[in-house]
Amino acid sequence: MSREIKLSTPLQEEDVLHLRTGDKVLLSGHIYTARDAAHKRLLQDLDQGIEPPFNLQGAVVYYVGPTPAPPGRVIGSAGPTTSSRMDAYTPRMHQLGVRATIGKGRRSQEVRRVLQEQKAVYLGATGGAGALLSRCITGSWVLAFEELGTEAIRELEVLDFPLLVVNDAFGGELYVTAGR
Amino acid sequence: MRSIDAREVTRQVSQMVVEANMVLPGDVSTALEKAWENEDNPSGREILGQLLENARLAREMSLPLCQDTGLAVFFVELGQECRLRGDLYQAVNAGVSRGYEEGFLRKSVCNPLSRKNTGDNTPAVIHLDLVPGDRLKIRFMPKGGGSENMSGLAMLTPSQGLEGVKEFVLQRVAGAGPNPCPPGIIGIGIGGSFDQAPLLAKKALFRPLDDIHPEQEVRDLEAELFEAVNALGIGPMGMGGRTTCLGVKIQAAPCHIASLPVAVNIQCHAARHKEVSL
Repeated sequence: MSREIKLSTPLQEEDVLHLRTGDKVLLSGHIYTARDAAHKRLLQDLDQGIEPPFNLQGAVVYYVGPTPAPPGRVIGSAGPTTSSRMDAYTPRMHQLGVRATIGKGRRSQEVRRVLQEQKAVYLGATGGAGALLSRCITGSWVLAFEELGTEAIRELEVLDFPLLVVNDAFGGELYVTAGR
Repeated sequence: MRSIDAREVTRQVSQMVVEANMVLPGDVSTALEKAWENEDNPSGREILGQLLENARLAREMSLPLCQDTGLAVFFVELGQECRLRGDLYQAVNAGVSRGYEEGFLRKSVCNPLSRKNTGDNTPAVIHLDLVPGDRLKIRFMPKGGGSENMSGLAMLTPSQGLEGVKEFVLQRVAGAGPNPCPPGIIGIGIGGSFDQAPLLAKKALFRPLDDIHPEQEVRDLEAELFEAVNALGIGPMGMGGRTTCLGVKIQAAPCHIASLPVAVNIQCHAARHKEVSL
């Protein structure tokens, strides 16, 4: 039986330890967008001693490249992108304090191992439901790498953003493994 | 000889790219509704419900169905009795540039080496066919990166035969799992050459879901693979269930006696396409 759990950012260790694969989460607060290019830049900057554009402790990172906001809206369509492309960066992000990531699709074995080690979770949003999800986003501000366009790091304010726990901190896996 | 001004092409393209991104085509929404009715996995069914709701909201709010408004792919059929006043490629690209800007669509095209964004979603991928007649037909598909990344090509050998083709298709779809946003459309190109098979697979994706292939052998293979893909149990967004694809579309072409190329081009559930005839 899946439960519905309301959470607010930043996430604490106990928030994460309470979650199990299959739980529904309604997330509120502030989350940070980053895709391939932003992850690369953020981690390269960190190696050069440049502070990240947001506090990574307890942070939730959303893998999304939204469409531009039409007049009268805070953001355009904003559904998740394929998470596996970020697998190369995710272990380090969690070691730096990130408590949860949001995307779609499977994660690598290494990411799933690090989720257990660092007590973090991977949350899934419905892929291709960008219009639906945009209604739960109430604010959007570019924080860094504006020149990357849609791939810039944005701070999003979300209200009851609907998610599913795909990989919990205990090795759980939500996705069906095809019978081949 | 009939003639068409290239500026008209630009105008039409700029409108069609916006509309295609905001309105799910009728064949796809009908297939999603049918899938929703037939899906018995509760999680899978809930996802299908969300997708139908998303399509309704996108249309009402004039928002793109998906934030990935794609690489702009065109199949253009130019009648041999039709003369274009101006440059076709420039006209299509100008339409993409204008439409993606004015329609608040995402610009998702970059230089492959520097990764620098081109800024206006050009250049489009334009396939041009010369055909009989005096019309200009433009077919457009915004192709998302997630599903495109899950596509693949195999240079099979004749001994592997149709069994090899089926195995490769199912391997690709099973391996892709939830990543290409199922339930989508599986476009398959069989035969031709190394370059032609993927083009056939892409072309197959332009066929409406209710379209019937004229060749019995191809129809049978489509039906068999449709059953086999849905039997994988991946389900909507990988949540499990009987709906892993909405359709399997195959295009075949003669190939070398030594070869059996097969290409699989996966399309996500936001199977957007639009066509205009000038």
